[in-house]
Amino acid sequence: MRLEPRTSTPAWMIIGAPVTAVIVALGLCAVLILWTGESVWQAYFHLFKGAAGSRFAITETLTRATPMILTGLAAALAFRAKLWNIGGEGQFYMGAVVATWLGAGMVTLPAALMVPFLILAGALAGGLLLLLPALLKNVLKVDEVVTTLLLNFVVLLFVNFLLEGPMKDPMSLGWPQGPPIIDEGILPGIMAKSRMHAGLIVALALAVLAWAVMRFTVWGYEIRAVGYNADAAGFAGIKVPRTIVLTALISGGLAGIAGVGEVAGTKGYLTLDLSPGFGYAGIAVAMLAALHPLAVIASALFLAGIYVGADSMSRAIAVPTYIADVIVATSMLCVLVSIMLTRFKLYWRG
Amino acid sequence: MSEILRLDGITKRFGPLVANDAISLSLKPGEVVALLGENGAGKTTLMNILFGHYTADEGTIEVFGRPLTPGQPDAALSAGIGMVHQHFSLGDNLTVLDNITLGTESLWSWRHDEAKARARLAQLSDDFGLSVDPDALVGALSVGEKQRVEILKALYREARILILDEPTAVLTPQEVDSLFETLRKLVGKGMSIIFISHKLHEILTISDRVVVLRRGKVVAETATKDADRASLAEAMVGRAVHLPKGTPMDPGEVLLELNNVSVSADQGYGVLDGADLVLRRHEIIGLAGVSGNGQQALAALISGLARPEAGTMTVNGEAVQHTSPGHMVRHGVGRIPEDRNHVGVIGEMAVWENLISERRRDTPLSRSGLLGFQAIRSLASDLIERFDIRCQGQNEETRLLSGGNVQKLVLARVLNNNPSIILANQPVRGLDIGAIAYVQNTILEARSNGAAVLLISEDLEELMALSDRIQVIYHGRLSEPIDARDVTAREIGLMMSGQARAA
Repeated sequence: MRLEPRTSTPAWMIIGAPVTAVIVALGLCAVLILWTGESVWQAYFHLFKGAAGSRFAITETLTRATPMILTGLAAALAFRAKLWNIGGEGQFYMGAVVATWLGAGMVTLPAALMVPFLILAGALAGGLLLLLPALLKNVLKVDEVVTTLLLNFVVLLFVNFLLEGPMKDPMSLGWPQGPPIIDEGILPGIMAKSRMHAGLIVALALAVLAWAVMRFTVWGYEIRAVGYNADAAGFAGIKVPRTIVLTALISGGLAGIAGVGEVAGTKGYLTLDLSPGFGYAGIAVAMLAALHPLAVIASALFLAGIYVGADSMSRAIAVPTYIADVIVATSMLCVLVSIMLTRFKLYWRG
Repeated sequence: MSEILRLDGITKRFGPLVANDAISLSLKPGEVVALLGENGAGKTTLMNILFGHYTADEGTIEVFGRPLTPGQPDAALSAGIGMVHQHFSLGDNLTVLDNITLGTESLWSWRHDEAKARARLAQLSDDFGLSVDPDALVGALSVGEKQRVEILKALYREARILILDEPTAVLTPQEVDSLFETLRKLVGKGMSIIFISHKLHEILTISDRVVVLRRGKVVAETATKDADRASLAEAMVGRAVHLPKGTPMDPGEVLLELNNVSVSADQGYGVLDGADLVLRRHEIIGLAGVSGNGQQALAALISGLARPEAGTMTVNGEAVQHTSPGHMVRHGVGRIPEDRNHVGVIGEMAVWENLISERRRDTPLSRSGLLGFQAIRSLASDLIERFDIRCQGQNEETRLLSGGNVQKLVLARVLNNNPSIILANQPVRGLDIGAIAYVQNTILEARSNGAAVLLISEDLEELMALSDRIQVIYHGRLSEPIDARDVTAREIGLMMSGQARAA
């Protein structure tokens, strides 16, 4: 078996490869569903119905996709610069913590200012959390995979401490949860009888903005150059450490905004289970999107749909929701293989 | 006696590319056959097929009259074929003895008989005059010594056919002489050798027969005694080629001056120890030296990657202390890096992206942080045309370009800035003759137009043909400049091995 680089990749292949990969992944997971004794068609039917089969299902999927678009962008941008930010979960919670700190009565502004204020504050908090690993990487060459990953647990314990102590809502009847965000700070809903909120529009706008920055600006050029080849980028005069710090601030900021959106949009107050792993899901979203900011939207919608659909599927038939994790993981592997095949031709004989 | 190795009609295709096209080659006992060809002519592919790294699409190989199982390096080894690769395959953290015995003993044997191995190695060293300390760590050896270890490794495995892939690329002239002496001894004891090279004078010295490859085909085969440089060069390239030669010019004002400049190993580029260098307009200084003697530190210094820790560096009349690559570019230094594929360009980025990398922040290529695509497009197409960069358009990924075209891209980017000082670090290494001539002519032209050039090369012929003055670097120290017209390659070779020049 031998791989040879392709001299060019046709457009249909770039679009078609991930779609094919997802279909293959669903095929592979069908084996597991068969194992449970349920019908594959039934399972996938209920999955699809739960994800997109009704107005409620669609709004739920969109609500779930909102933070995943943001954490997905966070991972996609950082990974483009080969800054392996695995700390989206921690940055997400830092955004949520700061939104709670400022937004639960400490600051009161008119809604038109309060919401952007909270979003910016959350972005800053997330960005600053990633600044530390980025500086350690620049100065001491500390592996950021380790530092960002471990910071997630530090932040989670910190949130735990806050919710049991200084930030515990006195009206919560003893539950470890934060005080509610004041009305001015709540992200407005965008559709009646749904949980969808303005965070979705922010996420979509930021995805388009991220794409434009990567494609049309010198910053984007430098981030890509550093990611592809830091030695050559540095030789050409790009300040590699500065580019990494900039990327860290943007990436951490995007994950922080996701936290603001959940605490001030979806839930209204901070809890320890605010995120069912949105930070980690962002990595899957980014990989599935091949790190393309616009593809992140599609990829986040797909993954959100799988999770939301799997919940409703497990209520309808006897297939556990864990199948969602398996589908996501398998899709990721298949997409990685398919991306390789768009770049290389495979020959079976040497 | 009859042939001991016979390759018959070997054909190997990579997609649409025919790397080897019905190549036949034979070897007699005690014979040295030179395989001559430019990069990409198919020499290495052919040897990889012989050695079992690739399987040929067509054709057969016979060793000592028996067919060789294709696709198995083991088979080639046990049939008595040894190969010394251009890039050595030695473990730096193992001793010479361990490197040589590695893989010769069964994985299941309880203990290894070191005394026996040691005795055998000593015997081989004696027989062939290949002296090495069996207990030295390979990482501490010089390049010439490492090559001896590679040859001993083949001898230890009882190779009777030795393939040497570009064995002289990393050696000083003196080391080349001693290698040739060793090879003659080996041949005297019945060894047959395939010597791969593109250096004509070496081939004329060492081989009995020359086989010339071009574009995967055997284009000439002749006894060495009937061949001469011109005929071989023409066969190799397919046309007559004349490499440029520098003509003396009157040097102008000083553009780059190093005064007792030192760079320590802490900066990660090797050591430069109190270097003095004066580079004037209209002048090319050639830097000779065995690789690893401080060239990297000097190049990093002038590229803006390393900073002078002691002494002063003056660029265009301005002292430089805290430097950066961008700073050097803005101060009129054009930099052609040694590793064009990994430092010169970013392979995954498009041709246009690499063309603007040093000037991405300059108007009109970008305005307030936004790339100015119109200006970029016209600059890129202009440079592609002026420097004859063969690509499928400015959007093509740079990694898909050939080595010569990548170097033209780097030249285009550098010269478009009209640099007054040019650092050319191994500018033609690994290029084919056509591209070499182009690159050398371009450098000479830039110098005629008023640039000062520091040319770093391991090829003495190139240095002597192009440079006005030559400085030799050894253990981080620069020699006094020598007029390139009154020095011989032999003298420079001696200085490269650390001996002072005879007055």
